[in-house]
Amino acid sequence: MSEVTLVVNGRKVKRNVEDRTLLVHFLRDELDLTGTHVGCDTTQCGACVVHMDGKAVKSCTVLAAQADGSEVVTIEAANAGYDELHPMQKAFKEYHGLQCGFCTPGMIMAGIDMVRRYGPGNLDEATVRQNLEGNICRCTGYHNIVKAILAASDEMAKSDTRLNEAAE
Amino acid sequence: MSEGHGIGARVARKEDKRFITGLGRYTDDMKVPGMMHAAFVRSPHAHAKINGVDKSAALEMEGVIDVLTGPELKADGIGDLICGWAVSSKDGSPMNMGAWSPLATDTVRHVGNPVAIVVAETRDIALDAAEMVAVDYEPLPAVVDAVDALGEGAPQLHPEAANNLIFDWEIGEEQATDDAISGAAHVVEVEIRNNRLSPNPMEPRAALGHYNKAEDHYTVWTTSQNPHVARLVMSAFYNVAPENKLRVIAPDVGGGFGAKIYIYPEEVVCLWASKRTGVPVKWVATRTEAFLTDAHGRDHSSTAKIGFDADHKIVGLKVETVANLGAYMSLFSSATPTYLYATLLSGQYNIPNIHANVKAVYTNTAPVDAYRGAGRPEATYLVERTMTQAARQLGVDAAELRRKNFIREFPHQTPVIMNYDAGDFEASLNAAMEEIDYKNFESRRQESRNRGKLRGIGMSCYIEACGIAPSAAVGSLGAGVGLWESAEVRVNAAGTIEVLTGSHSHGQGHETTFAQLVHERLGLPLDQVTIVHGDTDVVQMGMGTYGSRSGAVGMSAIVKALDKVEAKAKKIAAHLLEADEGDIEIENGELKVAGTDKTLPWFQMALGAYTAHNLPEGLEPGLKETAFYDPSNFTFPAGCYICEVEIDPETGKTEILRFVAADDFGNIINPMIVEGQVHGGLTQGIGQALLEGVHYDADSGQLITASYMDYCMPRADNVPMFEVSHQTTPCPGNPLGIKGCGEAGAIGSPPAVINAITDAIGTEAVTMPATPMKVWQAIRGAAMAQAAE
Repeated sequence: MSEVTLVVNGRKVKRNVEDRTLLVHFLRDELDLTGTHVGCDTTQCGACVVHMDGKAVKSCTVLAAQADGSEVVTIEAANAGYDELHPMQKAFKEYHGLQCGFCTPGMIMAGIDMVRRYGPGNLDEATVRQNLEGNICRCTGYHNIVKAILAASDEMAKSDTRLNEAAE
Repeated sequence: MSEGHGIGARVARKEDKRFITGLGRYTDDMKVPGMMHAAFVRSPHAHAKINGVDKSAALEMEGVIDVLTGPELKADGIGDLICGWAVSSKDGSPMNMGAWSPLATDTVRHVGNPVAIVVAETRDIALDAAEMVAVDYEPLPAVVDAVDALGEGAPQLHPEAANNLIFDWEIGEEQATDDAISGAAHVVEVEIRNNRLSPNPMEPRAALGHYNKAEDHYTVWTTSQNPHVARLVMSAFYNVAPENKLRVIAPDVGGGFGAKIYIYPEEVVCLWASKRTGVPVKWVATRTEAFLTDAHGRDHSSTAKIGFDADHKIVGLKVETVANLGAYMSLFSSATPTYLYATLLSGQYNIPNIHANVKAVYTNTAPVDAYRGAGRPEATYLVERTMTQAARQLGVDAAELRRKNFIREFPHQTPVIMNYDAGDFEASLNAAMEEIDYKNFESRRQESRNRGKLRGIGMSCYIEACGIAPSAAVGSLGAGVGLWESAEVRVNAAGTIEVLTGSHSHGQGHETTFAQLVHERLGLPLDQVTIVHGDTDVVQMGMGTYGSRSGAVGMSAIVKALDKVEAKAKKIAAHLLEADEGDIEIENGELKVAGTDKTLPWFQMALGAYTAHNLPEGLEPGLKETAFYDPSNFTFPAGCYICEVEIDPETGKTEILRFVAADDFGNIINPMIVEGQVHGGLTQGIGQALLEGVHYDADSGQLITASYMDYCMPRADNVPMFEVSHQTTPCPGNPLGIKGCGEAGAIGSPPAVINAITDAIGTEAVTMPATPMKVWQAIRGAAMAQAAE
């Protein structure tokens, strides 16, 4: 067992965890943050993507013990600093970028990270498709997910000065 | 369209908020006090006798509650799993169904076959303990290919099914078809292999069984497309509990595609284990368990022979199919390769004579059942590959050969049961050809050739049968259930509305589209309408969602219930407004007396119904109506898909440059949602054509494709932006004129892709999935054959 202390969605949490406990199970089982999903056993589906210290990680491939001392943001707090919804969340709804909703939290967290890495407004279709390699959706055929991420990226370029500064 | 929220409006989905904020509630998100976790001990062998199970080491582990096996399950009277659709052989004998115990007792028949359940304090302990259960297996020879399984000396799976043959079924007139083909001016013969697929909804299957000792009552939360059918089957056939003692809840469900229609061993065992152990028991599949045990789809090996007269009109089609049903007969497995397959072999064409023979076969593989399209993709692939190959052999354009043979008059009775009620096949063909600029394709081919690439174009004109109804018709064909749908419309005292539906949404957006229907009828805002589904304690009965039936059948039931609600509302309003009942109109949330300015707000009418202070003489208080709707026919969505590909001859890699879909789904409630269904279906069909294939090792029966490392799911960069349009002929068989849109994409797209690839490379020698290696080999093979000539 290891004691881990981390900040999850802005709240400091301290728990004793088994060494083998994965971050995703820590979030889901210990903290009841069930928005982060498990869709595979091999780090490929991306349903479990969260942000750790500002970067997207697959939480099924990070031990809870590895996350000790880090800051984790899950889908439940994806809108932190925004109004009710992050522009990425809004775009997924507006462009029908989800159907069953199971891959959606990972897609949104991956989409936000994509905009962070490339800078708002700097994405094109090919880049988005390539960067979604690690996120599998079985419902949408990706068509509307790609549209949603592009639209959110453009929207953030217009309205989100904080990210523009971060990209510079 | 009324005020942008009614029928035909692109309304953003009501259900999205919880999914985009992480507040969806799936089965694995459920927690019950005292809940323990389960892991299954599964067979590592494709075929073996069980000589004994030693659970002592597992039971000694700290945190293990119990380990339970097949003999204990049988001793408690839990029944065998069954196939609910009786299909007879052509000699009249009933199908040969082998026994399927939820936990194996003496024999395991596929890798992953459950043998025991371990219940422990945590999932990790349960998984560790499952490793410690020692099963004494005596391996037996295995067979995974259906044609091999019919061969002499093949390993035998079930004593009930000699030669592994489940049934040898036929449809149509054999002699007349043989005569027509033997007298034909041209005969084209093709071999068709339809690859085996794993449906792969992103949410793995899960079950949480909770037995309440005080009430002698069971609850199960489970990943089901049809919770009421699950309750019925678990009560009536598996002896879990009587229906009034069993509540089945299918909360948010993360995709289904057919795989979550069936009742699997795991949910039955979790319920039983909860009673045995006295604690709630939750099991969640790993992805590998999903690959091993979720019902697979397709897996047909067929030959087709088609005859044309001198004018290229089809005179007859003869089909022989061997269908692999896996190790056990899943719930609807018998219907998928028969009544959902061979009844669509007429395609969009006037074919006077059709005969099909289907042999269904046991093999040492996971059960095979309906997967998105269910039989209709297999039929469409066969018909549309055959039509394109025939056009090539006859030296005519693929579109013109199809056009010449289109059915143009409706209703049209095919020789294989189906009576097509409406359609305009040429409209979709023309729209698709126009959109993709078919006539200038050769210049694009040349442009690719100049860059050293091979460009091809392929089309597919599909028709399918949706709704899966009416009940009397499916009953006469062997279905064990009626296939109607129910709806209950509850008007609350202040006028808001709950619609209880027997349909189940697992991505289809019912909470939005069904509310749009209510808005269209009553003019109430969407947020005053709530759609309730997925809980057998709340919704009385229903048949669930599959076969693209929730619009055509589920919404029609809501229409019928709304008719009754409106009739009573008008009686109440007429009384309060002192008007004639026949003069009351409902519009924009008000009841109006036609031709006057007298109105009554909807909520006041509702309040009047519940206060009951001033109701018409003899009228019951309250306002709640139920309807059970049984359609008059299947519905027949149809369309034309055209795909353009470019292949690198050096690598064999196929890129889909454009994909045009022109569909006739009848009337559409929400085009945004319909387009989304098409995009998803197309991608699954493209997955089948290019990427996906379940592969078992022929000798060991081991599943080679048991994770996303080895089973290639379509990713975002495997597909283009889709170009989707609709041509509409309303369905005459239901009040909304809806045909259904859920499966079309997966049904129509595989032949379009393969027809395009074979056009590009100039040889038919490619099977699905057309991986770069296969395409490269086909190109080289054709080049070598040419060189040898």
